[in-house]
Amino acid sequence: MVSAEPLVLIVDDEAPIRRFLRASLVGERCRVAEAANAAEALEKAASQRPDVIVLDLGLPDRDGIAVIRDLREWSQVPIVVLSVRDREADKVTALEAGADDYLTKPFGVGELLARLRVALRHASVAGSGDEEPAFTVGDLRVDLARRQVFVAAREVRLTPIEYKLLAVLVKNAGKVLTHRQLLHQVWGPEYGDENHYVRVYVAQLRHKLEADPARPHYLRTEPGVGYRLVSE
Amino acid sequence: MSEPRRPDPDELLARVQAEETRKAQGKLKVFFGAAPGVGKTYTMLEAARARRAEGVDVFVGWVETHGRRETAALLEGLEVLPRRQLSYRGTRLEEFDLDLALERRPGLVVVDELAHTNAPGSRHAKRYRDVEELLCAGVDVYTTLNVQHLDSLNDVVAQITGVIVRETVPDAALDRADEIELVDLPAEELRKRLGDGKVYIPEMAAAAAENFFREGNLIALRELALRRTAERVDAQMQRYRRDHAVRETWPTAERVLVCVGPSPYAVRLIRAARRMAARLQAEWVAVYVETSAQLHLAAADREQLERTLRLAEQLGAETATLSGGDEVEEILAYARRRNVTKLVVGKPAEPRWRTLLHGSFVERLVRGSGDIDVYVITGRTEDEERHEPTARRAHSRWPAYGFAVGTITLCTLLAAVLAEHLALANIIMLYLLGVLVVALRAGRGPAALSSVLSVAAFDFFFVPPRFTFAVGDTQYALTFAVMLAVALVIANLAARVRDQAEAARAREQRTAALYAVSRACASAGETYEVVRVAGHHLAEVFGRQVVILLPHTDGRLGEAYSGGVPFTRDPKELSVAQWCLDHGERAGLGTTTLPGSVALYLPLLVSSGCVGVIGLGPGAGPLDSERVHLLEAFANQIALAVERTNLAAEAQTALLQAETERTRSVLLSSVSHDLRTPLAAIAGASSTLLRNPASLPAETRRDLLQSINDQAERLNRFIGNLLDMTRLEAGAIVLRREWQPVEEVVGAALGQVEGRLAGREVETSVPAALPLVAIDASLVAQALVNLLDNALKYTPAGSPIEIAARVEADALVLEVGDRGPGLAAGEEQRVFEKFYRRAPENGQPGAGLGLAIARAVAVAHGGRITAANRSGGGAVFSLTLPLGGPPPEIRAEGPAATAREAGRTEG
Repeated sequence: MVSAEPLVLIVDDEAPIRRFLRASLVGERCRVAEAANAAEALEKAASQRPDVIVLDLGLPDRDGIAVIRDLREWSQVPIVVLSVRDREADKVTALEAGADDYLTKPFGVGELLARLRVALRHASVAGSGDEEPAFTVGDLRVDLARRQVFVAAREVRLTPIEYKLLAVLVKNAGKVLTHRQLLHQVWGPEYGDENHYVRVYVAQLRHKLEADPARPHYLRTEPGVGYRLVSE
Repeated sequence: MSEPRRPDPDELLARVQAEETRKAQGKLKVFFGAAPGVGKTYTMLEAARARRAEGVDVFVGWVETHGRRETAALLEGLEVLPRRQLSYRGTRLEEFDLDLALERRPGLVVVDELAHTNAPGSRHAKRYRDVEELLCAGVDVYTTLNVQHLDSLNDVVAQITGVIVRETVPDAALDRADEIELVDLPAEELRKRLGDGKVYIPEMAAAAAENFFREGNLIALRELALRRTAERVDAQMQRYRRDHAVRETWPTAERVLVCVGPSPYAVRLIRAARRMAARLQAEWVAVYVETSAQLHLAAADREQLERTLRLAEQLGAETATLSGGDEVEEILAYARRRNVTKLVVGKPAEPRWRTLLHGSFVERLVRGSGDIDVYVITGRTEDEERHEPTARRAHSRWPAYGFAVGTITLCTLLAAVLAEHLALANIIMLYLLGVLVVALRAGRGPAALSSVLSVAAFDFFFVPPRFTFAVGDTQYALTFAVMLAVALVIANLAARVRDQAEAARAREQRTAALYAVSRACASAGETYEVVRVAGHHLAEVFGRQVVILLPHTDGRLGEAYSGGVPFTRDPKELSVAQWCLDHGERAGLGTTTLPGSVALYLPLLVSSGCVGVIGLGPGAGPLDSERVHLLEAFANQIALAVERTNLAAEAQTALLQAETERTRSVLLSSVSHDLRTPLAAIAGASSTLLRNPASLPAETRRDLLQSINDQAERLNRFIGNLLDMTRLEAGAIVLRREWQPVEEVVGAALGQVEGRLAGREVETSVPAALPLVAIDASLVAQALVNLLDNALKYTPAGSPIEIAARVEADALVLEVGDRGPGLAAGEEQRVFEKFYRRAPENGQPGAGLGLAIARAVAVAHGGRITAANRSGGGAVFSLTLPLGGPPPEIRAEGPAATAREAGRTEG
């Protein structure tokens, strides 16, 4: 999977934040590098090749979104954004600029570690080139190789679009995907703003997969942002 | 002498106030002289130089040296204000530049010749008004004045010298002077100076010596000037005594009443009365009696009367217009009412027959005057030659006379038909009836004509021998005489009744209009309403365009009402209105201030100052005094109403401010409480951990750490709410409406509170068939979260919570119900107020923002939120949101298959 002790680059101008992140990450058997501004972050990302970057958007020298775009020009390193900006539009912008996940400050360390794990796993899968043939979480099992979906060992019949949507979510399990990302990947880039397609099909999937579609267990809604398929 | 009396406190107060205002104003010093050439300007300039030497900022606003070298020499070294250049009808004129002086604002301005009349196009018609404005602005003024220019002495001077002086100054302008310096020169010396060419250039001097500068004239003028100055010194002395309560020197309570008419002689009466009043130190009143016969005064007469009354006002009189049937009775009644002691009347030019018939006006007045002294003054004035008899009736009366002839003809025909059956006496009755009808319908003149005609017709047609004016029996002579007399009396009486009715009607109309305005103003709640209603009425009553202007907060006027395009769009007109507002005096057409403008401007004056300006636009005919008085009455009503609504608006603003202040203080106390409580818990727990990390039992350490974590979360939620509220209130949130499945929104909300549910049962009832709704999902989810949090907070642990969604009409209804204690009576609305707190069930106090945010979200969506108690116990909160139109179509897709089948069909 990943090297035994992954290198995490923490980019935040607030020393107390860096301090507690370092403490908790080292406790989780990670190696840690720190950067206090955008320039330093880009320099260390290039020179130290971290396995994942934890990025604050409010940097003193440049906006974090610009840093994401710069990084994405040459690197696929997973980026988890940490920010005090809690508006949905900010989250969507960061995700669509190429961030892998987004956490609003303040946050629990448990939550951050879970997101980092997901990000590292996806990076390693993408890097190795071979996709996991089957995805299992709780009672839900999706066999991508055989195109089969089971809930508690009972096969569920899905329409082609429902399946395609589920497959995209499975490939990004644990990550949040914006409505637009889903729309483009499932329906195609010619669909611009018809986010309701995504919502309607997600609702259909929930009715087929969830015990109580009004309180979904697998297909979580990130209000105003998109969806996340739980992975653990 | 009676015992010494202290000054009346009211009067003292008034005097102190007057002095206060005078202190803020500039000081006026008048260099007063008997004739040109006595050296006023010279003395004035010397005085000005002396002041400059004292360090006062002096400059010369206007000085006329008349080519006198000594005077010109005094100007050297003094700063002289450039003159304003005007052109009027092709001539270049120079005038004193008031605006420049006001702008420059020195300590003292020297302005020569107070009586000067400004060129047309200047702000004020007269220079003394310029000076008044300077004084108001706090600038001291030195000026000069000759005795012949003084209004009240004007005709005396004319009598003495035979020269009519048209440039006059109201006595009030001299009276208000803080200091008067008499520049005196014996007549002999003045004539010598004139002879030496020191007054006028030689050619002019020769002519002047023959006319104005005759020795007799100069002595008389000198006496006038000395006397006028002495009077003033006397007045000062009296004031001094009064101020210091030395001894009782109150003047006897004299009051002078002067009766004026439309005749130009009236001016003379006014001046005589003013002199008498000044001598007696008495109040004086000028009255005009409007009898029914005078209702139809010609326009020129009306103007003359108006001028006379205005002069009286300028000279310090109170003016009044009385109305009634008989002049003498009205005057005497008014005089008694006002405790008048002296009555001044002119010697009227009455026709002899009238005097014989009624007794002369003066005789009757004297007979009825009792203890009132009556002064009769003959009149001959400068205006005599100008006065032309004016037609009494402006409009043609011919139809009325035709009516008279027709009526008598009709009577004659009727009588001829009935002649066989009627006695002659009854025919007379028929004619008298005819005369009565004419008198009532057509007025006095036609009635008189019909009286004569009826006698003639009676004689010609009916008195034997018929069809001739010859009379058989001489007895008929008496019949005719009596018949004529009776007819004339009837005509007169009937015409008077008619005139009185007409007068009453005219008055009634005015009163009605005034009443309508005052009632409308009283019921209007807001200033703009008052102005609209009043402006509308005024335009109707006066038949002219009316503009009402109110000042903005910066003091600049703006049109608040105008019928049509306001004439104040013209910046020149607006500046006249602005002047009217700033000075609280009328200006414009028909006044002495800026008379060149097209409209008359009246200030809306109340006790606190001027609240606005009424502009009365141009129209047919001049505005007579009666109408101006009516306009003033309107202005008073409107001013009061505007003041009332202004005060109401101020009170409202104050109330709002107090409310805002209250909200702010509640917010501050609430915010500080909700921020500090969790911070205190965090700081307390963490400092405990830091002090004794080793000695604490593991369980306690865990508790403290848990507490830090919980309180941090609480703090975060509170700040989130505060931010949401702020954004919603500031309108910073733009709704991002998208088509949403209701189920997903409910699910998102439930997902957010999951951690806080602590095993509570939440029953959801969201039908799958609900349509998509156009809402901002995250805001609505937030509102639901807040409703759920509210339910969690105020209901006992373990009690169930229900969420239900349904569609009602065109709206989505989301309900959050609980089985808690429910709402207290009257709380249904208040729970949505910011910072409203209920007693919490679980001891966790909230910020009182959650429900306010839920309501703000509902309102932002054009929906609403309500709270109620439900049957079976507990409360239910309903969020109602519009669906936002028919949902979009979703393109259909093939039937569902297992994923593998689907894959095959695809691939």
